[in-house]
Amino acid sequence: MADISVNPRQARLEGQLSSLAFTFLASQPHVSYAAVEKGELVVHTTREHLVPFLTLLRDDPRYRFEQLMDLCGVDFPARAQRFEVVYNLLSVTYNRRIRVVVCTDEYAAVPSVHHLWPCATWWERECYDLFGVLFSGQPDLRRILTDNGFEGHPLRKDFPLTGYEEVRYDAERRQVVKEPVSLTQDFRDFDFVSPWEGMLTLPGDEKAHEVRQGMKRSS
Amino acid sequence: MTKQDNTESLTFAQTILREDIPQSLLPDEKALEIEKKVVEIDSHALNFGPQHPSAHGVLRLVLEMEGELVARAVPHIGLLHRGTEKLIEYKTYQKALPYFDRLDYVSPMCEEQAFALATEKLLGIDIPERAKWLRVMFAEITRILNHILNLTAMGLDCGAVTPALWGYEEREKLLEFYEAASGARFHANYFRPGGVARDISASLEDRIGVWAKEFPAWIDELEGLLTENRIWKQRTVGIGVFTTEQALAWGFSGPCLRASGVPWDLRRNQPYDNYHKVDFNVPVTRQGDSYDRYLVRVAEMRESVKIIEQCLSQMQPGDIKIQDPKFSPPPRADMKRSMEALIHHFKLFSEGYHVPAGSTYTAVESPKGEFGVYLVADGSNRPYRCKIRPTGFAHLQAIDELSRRGMLADMVAIIGSLDLVFGEVDR
Repeated sequence: MADISVNPRQARLEGQLSSLAFTFLASQPHVSYAAVEKGELVVHTTREHLVPFLTLLRDDPRYRFEQLMDLCGVDFPARAQRFEVVYNLLSVTYNRRIRVVVCTDEYAAVPSVHHLWPCATWWERECYDLFGVLFSGQPDLRRILTDNGFEGHPLRKDFPLTGYEEVRYDAERRQVVKEPVSLTQDFRDFDFVSPWEGMLTLPGDEKAHEVRQGMKRSS
Repeated sequence: MTKQDNTESLTFAQTILREDIPQSLLPDEKALEIEKKVVEIDSHALNFGPQHPSAHGVLRLVLEMEGELVARAVPHIGLLHRGTEKLIEYKTYQKALPYFDRLDYVSPMCEEQAFALATEKLLGIDIPERAKWLRVMFAEITRILNHILNLTAMGLDCGAVTPALWGYEEREKLLEFYEAASGARFHANYFRPGGVARDISASLEDRIGVWAKEFPAWIDELEGLLTENRIWKQRTVGIGVFTTEQALAWGFSGPCLRASGVPWDLRRNQPYDNYHKVDFNVPVTRQGDSYDRYLVRVAEMRESVKIIEQCLSQMQPGDIKIQDPKFSPPPRADMKRSMEALIHHFKLFSEGYHVPAGSTYTAVESPKGEFGVYLVADGSNRPYRCKIRPTGFAHLQAIDELSRRGMLADMVAIIGSLDLVFGEVDR
């Protein structure tokens, strides 16, 4: 299988990123994980150290991650701390990106970073709206994308795709009414874990499978 | 003034405020206590949209006015929220792609590109050369499509009707290219993980080449109408000024960031597909006002034409999608004869492909700025999480800062210059 072609600039960038990952692991005791994954720098830290760490990343002349491009949540219901909050930072000066990940649950609040990047307010509101992640110190933690009076957090994995309520205009009452969702046909959600594809490694096929999954590079 | 009087005036003021201004805009009790002598302000809340033609969609903006001046602008979004991210979690990777056309419906192919690149990165596949050139070319056609609509609509908001009428004619030509390549005028579903959907004909290449020769003359005509136009400059110069520091802090990207003096373009700085093989300039201006954002977009259209011409000259015949039956469907003719091709086709369109576990944040320079996809795969055939980083979300958020102490009439110039599309902001 062909490797992703990289131009020389990207290859150089990757070297810089791995040295950054090493620096964070060595100098920041709260960083539990730092590595370059698919050419992207990923750093895991804790909620308590998030704000000092992000301030360092933004203000230190060695890093200069001036922009918070994205902040989002990911839900892993099986974990004790089910939510990951992901900060994607961009350094315009050094042309680098970094992904900072913290874990939290439904009750523990993540410190807000709106005083570092004013644009964080809406991203945090969105994360609160869709996942129910709380942000401490955020003065404007309201819902943003969902309807007025919406209940629940739709991007949680335990929230059904069809939702609980639907709205329609009632011609008799001359107003929009909310009703429980009724489907004429159930949502057809197939799982594709068949013996054909669910079993990724077939007996006698272990070597080819390792190459296919990128565990071992084909020569 | 006696104590009795104070209380009375306070109650009176409260009644007025509670009636006219939504709860969210009310100052809290403590602030009200301090301001009890100046409560009879000539302030009123004004609803801008969601049905206003200059709101570019379903923007509802609550403007707190002090006479003609905007004291505070509070955007209310979410009216077009369709739960795209949730829907994508329940679709295979191939079926998730068309949702991206419907995000920023003015520049559909660039959004597709972000998702296709993210998926390819997780799959670890590389696409053929011709597919890369086709992607670059159609991404630039998309950029021109987007900028024509944005610039002319912005002109329309400020009272210049003619550019919009001329612009639609040019857009129609480009949409015909879209249709010839993908079969659809808007929701193209053309860039797929693994390449593009189908090859374009030699005659289409020629037609695009002819168009690319003619188009710069149209840009000149547009500039003749607007660039030195006295009314246009009065409406846009010095309106909605953002400094470099502000633009960086508020997460600006694309033309809005470049207008504030940051030479930053993902096509140049973090090239994807074949952008590192084409030669183009990145226009940058310094003032950061609405006029500069207009100038940057006009200059970008000229650069896009240059890129399209380079694509046409460098494109060679060849494969347009990865020749691996696990990722791209077999040709229709094969399915009539080959059992294996038929099975592959069936498996591909019912089950799709399984993407190895991992996550990536992949961003492209869409016409509006950085459009990113944060894709988390868990090894199944459906994305575990697909976060879409819309460009307009960050731009719209800054509108309060951009419009502070501006006139009501400047609001439309600012909204126009930010290039907002609500399919993308609300998702």
